[in-house]
Amino acid sequence: MLINIQDLSKTYVLGEIKVPALKNINLSIGENEYVSIMGPSGSGKSTLMNILGCLDVPTSGDYILNEQNVSKLTDDELAVIRNKEIGFVFQTFNLLPRADALHNVELPLIYNGTPRIKRRELAREALEKVGLGDRSHHKPNELSGGQRQRVAIARALINKPSIILADEPTGNLDSKTGEEIMKVFTDLYASGHTIILVTHEEYIANHSKRIIRLLDGFVQSDELN
Amino acid sequence: MLLTLTRINEYFLMAWDALKAHKLRSLLTTLGILIGVTTIITIWTTIQGLNEYVYGQLSNIGASTVYVQKFPWVITDNYWELRNRKEVTWKEYEEIEKFASLADAVSPEAYSMKRVSYKQEKYDEILVLGTNEDYMATSNAYPDVGRFLTPLDVQNNHKVAVLGSELATNLFKDENPIERRIKIGSERYRVIGIFEKKGTMFGQSMDNYAVVPIGTFRRIYGGHRGLRIAVLTNNPDKLEDLKDQLRGIMRRVRKTRPADEDDFAINQQDMLTNLYAQLTGTLFMIVFVIGGISLLVGGIGIMNIMLVSVTERTREIGIRKAIGAKRKNVLSQFLIEAVMVSSIGGLIGIILGYAGGSLVLGTMDLTIGVSISAILIGFGFSSLVGILAGFYPAYKASNLNPIESLRYE
Repeated sequence: MLINIQDLSKTYVLGEIKVPALKNINLSIGENEYVSIMGPSGSGKSTLMNILGCLDVPTSGDYILNEQNVSKLTDDELAVIRNKEIGFVFQTFNLLPRADALHNVELPLIYNGTPRIKRRELAREALEKVGLGDRSHHKPNELSGGQRQRVAIARALINKPSIILADEPTGNLDSKTGEEIMKVFTDLYASGHTIILVTHEEYIANHSKRIIRLLDGFVQSDELN
Repeated sequence: MLLTLTRINEYFLMAWDALKAHKLRSLLTTLGILIGVTTIITIWTTIQGLNEYVYGQLSNIGASTVYVQKFPWVITDNYWELRNRKEVTWKEYEEIEKFASLADAVSPEAYSMKRVSYKQEKYDEILVLGTNEDYMATSNAYPDVGRFLTPLDVQNNHKVAVLGSELATNLFKDENPIERRIKIGSERYRVIGIFEKKGTMFGQSMDNYAVVPIGTFRRIYGGHRGLRIAVLTNNPDKLEDLKDQLRGIMRRVRKTRPADEDDFAINQQDMLTNLYAQLTGTLFMIVFVIGGISLLVGGIGIMNIMLVSVTERTREIGIRKAIGAKRKNVLSQFLIEAVMVSSIGGLIGIILGYAGGSLVLGTMDLTIGVSISAILIGFGFSSLVGILAGFYPAYKASNLNPIESLRYE
């Protein structure tokens, strides 16, 4: 199993009040799965996404990613895991505004020490893969929303991560562009990538092969689509 | 076609605007550093230029010659007490000549200002110096033409004179001065040699004087005059011993009681260099304090702008951390940015400081030298300030939580 989550809980401490966000989650996701995580706000899906993306660690329980227990790692160790294993795609794209598309895509490679020439080559390839080979020197504000999200997907793919973690990837796009982006994910799944989609839209979740629903910090349902 | 051109033009304008906004901000940020480094480099190069000049001038006084005389060169005591001292006498010279075993050359020196003339050429107030054959060694003054005083000239009180090059040129123009007769005061002397040119010392010519045998001088101009005794040792390590020896001889001759202080001075070149170093040292301290304050203010400016910058770019930091930047990556990024901003200020400061230094030295007709130390100091201080000022903002940036940073609007 690529992802193995056992008895995982996350509790936030706000002053004197303890707010449980995730309660005893058990979950497994295999390689080349296409999974959606759904739930209304407050269901704990953002918390789960942050933990799955190694941006946060659980209060208790274990998270085994690629046979490595990442639930007790330090910030810098998590950064290395994120760089190697996770490709993020965000709702708000999260590109560097002053950098062109090529530089945005090559960014993860800077932090694992890939030499510049190799970096540029890989970034150019990744941009071609998402159909933006001719936009490599455009800055984010010179690109459409769909193009920005494609740049973000190229950035997520560049390090050949184990998981592509997409958080409401169509949330800031019109429905037509949203469909185009979902097509990119479907293609990536078809070519063997593991995709985890966090969304609250049914029609977006319906692109995936398995839907996990959260409610009040519990897994409410987990079924194939 | 028209649309594309307009768009490209628009991009250029936007890029230009962004650059300009950033440039001005960076320049303002680094202004304090710029001023601090400019101040330090200006004074530093000025002092170095002065040093070169002053030490060059002082080296005219041999470093291994000490002078026994009435007054010290650098007066720190009460001048009115020193005035009551006895002159250094001929008897004392004889004792030193006899008993100073560490001395390699001893020359008594007596001075007077006299009129010197040859045919129609007359010059008033020319320095006339009575001394002996050792003067050549103690003063490092060698004849360029002819010869210097011999022991025979000195023993027999010959009326011979060795002239400084400027005096010789003034008196004789194109004529060969050797064996000519000149008048010093009302007495006639035979010219036997001309000194090598020595140049000027602090603007004063060192070549406008005449040297005659000490006995002749004392007989004609009076033997009661106070002397200055120049004593040379060829072994610089023995200089302190020699001074002790001279002090012993003088105290013995003068029958100074053990409890009393010396009533004579033993002078040496390093007294002047020390005095000069002391003066410039004080100036240095003042400049470093002023420069240091500007650098401190500059550093605070950089820290302030960097803190603003970190807040502005919280989202960027979140993105970088999410895709794998470690603390040290973020820390380095912001630290280098701070160091770069302050180094640019330092660089401009070095250039302006050099310009300032050459301007100041130019008014004194001195030239500026390229000083590696000045460049290193300029760069070193500005980089150091960049590191110190940038560290806290960079540390803050590196500690930001990626989840919260990504949510930051």
